[in-house]
Amino acid sequence: MKGAFVPGCGPDTARAKFMAYLPFLKPVIKSFFKKPATQSYPFAPMPKDDLVRGHVEIDAESCIFCGICARKCPTAAIATDKNEKSWTISRFACIVCSACCEACPKKCLFMKKELTPASEVKTVDVAIKNA
Amino acid sequence: MGKRTVMPFGPQHPVLPEPIHLDLVLEDEIVKEAVPSIGFVHRGLEKLVEKKDFMEYVYVAERICGICSFMHGMGYCMAVEQVMGIEVPKRAVFLRTVWAELSRVHSHLLWMGLMADAIGFESLFMHSWRLREYVLDMFDMTTGGRVIFSACKIGGVRRDIDAEKMKRFLDALGKVEDGLHEIAGTFAADHSISHRLTGLGVLTKAEAEDLGALGPVARASGIGFDARTHGYAAYGDLKVNVQTEQSGDCMARASVRIRELYEAIRLIRLCAEIMPDGPTETKVTGNPNGESFARLEQPRGEVLYYVKGGGGKFLERMRCRTPTFANLPALLEMLKGAELADVPVLILTIDPCISCTER
Ligand code: SF4
Ligand code: SF4
Repeated sequence: MKGAFVPGCGPDTARAKFMAYLPFLKPVIKSFFKKPATQSYPFAPMPKDDLVRGHVEIDAESCIFCGICARKCPTAAIATDKNEKSWTISRFACIVCSACCEACPKKCLFMKKELTPASEVKTVDVAIKNA
Repeated sequence: MGKRTVMPFGPQHPVLPEPIHLDLVLEDEIVKEAVPSIGFVHRGLEKLVEKKDFMEYVYVAERICGICSFMHGMGYCMAVEQVMGIEVPKRAVFLRTVWAELSRVHSHLLWMGLMADAIGFESLFMHSWRLREYVLDMFDMTTGGRVIFSACKIGGVRRDIDAEKMKRFLDALGKVEDGLHEIAGTFAADHSISHRLTGLGVLTKAEAEDLGALGPVARASGIGFDARTHGYAAYGDLKVNVQTEQSGDCMARASVRIRELYEAIRLIRLCAEIMPDGPTETKVTGNPNGESFARLEQPRGEVLYYVKGGGGKFLERMRCRTPTFANLPALLEMLKGAELADVPVLILTIDPCISCTER
């Protein structure tokens, strides 16, 4: 069976017809004894590679509020304010492309692999520098 | 001539994940004619090039379609790179090819699931999509995204696959291939499937040529056309075996897709083997000035990207002709003379992607 693929007409004797239902029997029987292929996320953690883009986080203490990230963002999800020393991201607008993280001159933006929780309202996260 | 009835099909229909509307002209239960209307998900993405920086537009191009998102981004990048005369590093080209072929595996597995679902074979549907999930995990692991990868950029790629990850990647690929044997065997030999698909919706070679069919639809009718043989990206070094069938029915189209799955897996392995080391991107300076186009083989057929830049940050025009658009006339031909109950299967057999078509 490995790799074999014979396209064309189905066989027509009764025995051949029955045999033709067999190929799928193997996976079906195997599936009886296997655990479900799905994971019970969010109750069980989802194994994710470090590379995975989940959400953007900022280390506000090293940010200089230059606004480069806001200009590089394709969806204009970021707003920065030099006077108030605030960095704002609209989670709904962000498409998690990580363009901002690559552009930041201070490397103070990080892509984290965890997803932000699902939300019904448009959320805006604000980070304010203390110093 | 019997009494004719016009039956609306879609835009919302259980087998259609996306909206397309057909007016089916029926005589009894036989389709005499089908009149399509599209435009339900038009998003004006081509117009958006005038508003988005040409570098940023890659993100938009990727969002034209959720299945071959990588190839849309890649096609756009290739066209812009040609305009700007950018030489993409060899390693980036190979990585693009790996992800492009993996997209093909993803797309064809998705199609197999949808087809099984359309003919009521629910467990085969589940098993196909279980395999597809492994493929999505492979994307997740190497690009950081499951469906939209943001991995392609003008001048190269944004991610590299190191040796350790490549090993895990190939192990996962082996797992997909093992699972594929069972599903492909079922598609090939299961009585209910061949009963349903064999001899249905025959498109002869002449018809396929006249109507400009592309991709697996054309190849199932005996036309050995595959844009990959033009040798874009790394395909020049790979030698693609074009899969064709002669009978032109739904079974042939299924068979072409399944053999393409194996071919794609072979190409990914080959790419991983001969991939050279080196940088994955070049620096892009200046703005595109001039026009060019790129042709790529997507899972559904050839896609054509045309870009025209006037030396500014924004392109003047971008055009994307997608394979489903080219396959619609062939679909209308197939529908003539089909039974009403076979219409959903026939529509799925061209693997329609309406979001692409309408952009
Ligand atoms: S680019 Fe970096 S330093 Fe500049 S505002 Fe954004 S986060 Fe702050
Ligand atoms: S990840 Fe992309 S979309 Fe999100 S804030 Fe950064 S640049 Fe904008």
